[in-house]
Amino acid sequence: MSDPLFSPGTLIAAGLDWLNTNGHGVFALIGGAAEAVLDGAETALRLPPAWAFIGGVTALALWAFGWRMALLAALSLGLCLASGLWKQGMQTIALVTVSVLASVMLAFPLGLLAARRPRLERALRPVLDIMQTVPPWVYLIPAVMIFSLGKVPALIATVVYGIPPMLRITTLAFKEVPHELVELGQASGATPMQVLTKLEIPAARKTLLVGLNQTILLSLAMVVLAGLVGGGGLGAEVTRGLTRMEMGLGLRAGLSIVAVAIFLDRMSRRVLE
Amino acid sequence: MTQDTSEILIDCRNVWKVFGERADDAIAAIRTRGAGKREVLRDFNCVVGVADASFQIRKGEIFCIMGLSGSGKSTLVRLLNRLIEPSLGEISIRGRNISQMNRKDLRSLRAHEIGMVFQSVALIPGRTVLDNAAFGLEVQGVGKAERHRIALDALARVGLSDWANHLPKQLSGGMQQRVGLARAIASDPGIILMDEPFSALDPLIRRQLQDEFRQLTKSLGKSAVFITHDLDEAMRIGDRIAIMKDGMMIQIGTAEEIVLHPADAYVAEFVAGISRLHLVKAHSLMLPLTDYAGPVEKLARTSPEADVQALIDLVLAAPEQAVAIAEGETLLGVVTARTLLQGIRGEEAVEKAQ
Repeated sequence: MSDPLFSPGTLIAAGLDWLNTNGHGVFALIGGAAEAVLDGAETALRLPPAWAFIGGVTALALWAFGWRMALLAALSLGLCLASGLWKQGMQTIALVTVSVLASVMLAFPLGLLAARRPRLERALRPVLDIMQTVPPWVYLIPAVMIFSLGKVPALIATVVYGIPPMLRITTLAFKEVPHELVELGQASGATPMQVLTKLEIPAARKTLLVGLNQTILLSLAMVVLAGLVGGGGLGAEVTRGLTRMEMGLGLRAGLSIVAVAIFLDRMSRRVLE
Repeated sequence: MTQDTSEILIDCRNVWKVFGERADDAIAAIRTRGAGKREVLRDFNCVVGVADASFQIRKGEIFCIMGLSGSGKSTLVRLLNRLIEPSLGEISIRGRNISQMNRKDLRSLRAHEIGMVFQSVALIPGRTVLDNAAFGLEVQGVGKAERHRIALDALARVGLSDWANHLPKQLSGGMQQRVGLARAIASDPGIILMDEPFSALDPLIRRQLQDEFRQLTKSLGKSAVFITHDLDEAMRIGDRIAIMKDGMMIQIGTAEEIVLHPADAYVAEFVAGISRLHLVKAHSLMLPLTDYAGPVEKLARTSPEADVQALIDLVLAAPEQAVAIAEGETLLGVVTARTLLQGIRGEEAVEKAQ
């Protein structure tokens, strides 16, 4: 096979090598921190026995949001347990929760800034386009090269994958806020922070929730792929089902992912509303 | 109508606002060689939003700025609380130059001295009417119980105390705009800026709100700057009216002054359709005593402030078809059926326009 004419990978690989040699300390720190947070979340979720966890969440949902949410929680979590994938399910919920929080924490301020500064928005647009069109598998390569196999590259790749939808929709949400609402804040003598928290965020809330929903769902999709690099959880089970051609395992793991997706999406929406 | 003796609240001197990438060059040209609007557009590709506006508004006065869309009236009103920075000129509120204020002083000025009501009402969708009305106080850090008490009082003034716990979307357009007004007066500002507040309302509701607004503003002793594209509305509400065109204030005066002495053909065309029945007064219609052939002493009398409507009734009732105008015992002139017809037709205005 002859060398291709266009091969950015050779450059990037060299760059990654350089980063690996020179930035090892930084990456070790990031990796360590990510692993600690992730392990903490996972341990917390798996601390109570499965039946107690399901019961507790169901009761909480019943008390806070009514019987529909309680039923949803009981069914979706119950499905994980009944499929014999409780541990993996909790691992996935931990991974998705942590990565979505990280994505939002990075994407929200950037998206807000892009809504305020058209130049930044224009500069970000091609970057986001590339990030969203590159097949998600490709994210895993540099993540693994830097952080080697395991949960950390899975988390990092998921965080990066979750940023573009949240960032875009955050920008859109704030640009859609009626200008007169911002003017009202200014004309009332509100500080920029008051305008943001009392007027802009409430007005942008619905669109922001759509962004959050997209981020959760895309992160879940990525988490499955992350099973390939040792991310564990339900993704690993899907991968196992695929490689061993075990229809039963693949299906159980797949349905559990759907259950987790619905659970996380509806819950986060209700909590934020 | 103007109270010349009272305090000047807003003082605008030679205020310009230029929009465009080369605004700074354009300002320099205006400042150094007195460049006009056309030159600014031609030489710098900048649009003049407000050109050389100078006016003063006194305490308790309602000042209407009338102009069509694109005339610069919305820009002008936003210069008054510095939502838009002026390019040139000086704006003082109660003698303090607002261009020199720091952010904190400016916020305090906006919070305590200048209220604003918007065309689109700008109510916050997820909050109750009461919380909307209390928004300005909330921003100032007034405690919940206190701000609700004041806001409820403001809602009562606009007749909406029964709606305090409803959401904005449950209210009609006219009621929503009342909430906007209550929100503006809740902070007890001396000045209220009204940016085309009634433009989107049905004609009947609009007239009702116009009257209520004027009454409320007068009873609270507030000053108001009222932006409108409707001359009828300006005449109904304003103590004085400024007519804007292409960023310039082409005439400032009372309704009667503008109707009787339009500054140019543009204003004349505007006022041509205005009913003069309540605007034109006897003192601007009457003939000199010497021009009346009959015996003046026998005629019925009325004051120089009587409007055309009242004069028509008097003239119709008088056998001589004329009425004498008197200030106390002194006879000033005579209004006949003929002068009334001329007055209604607006001969003076029409001639001037041609």
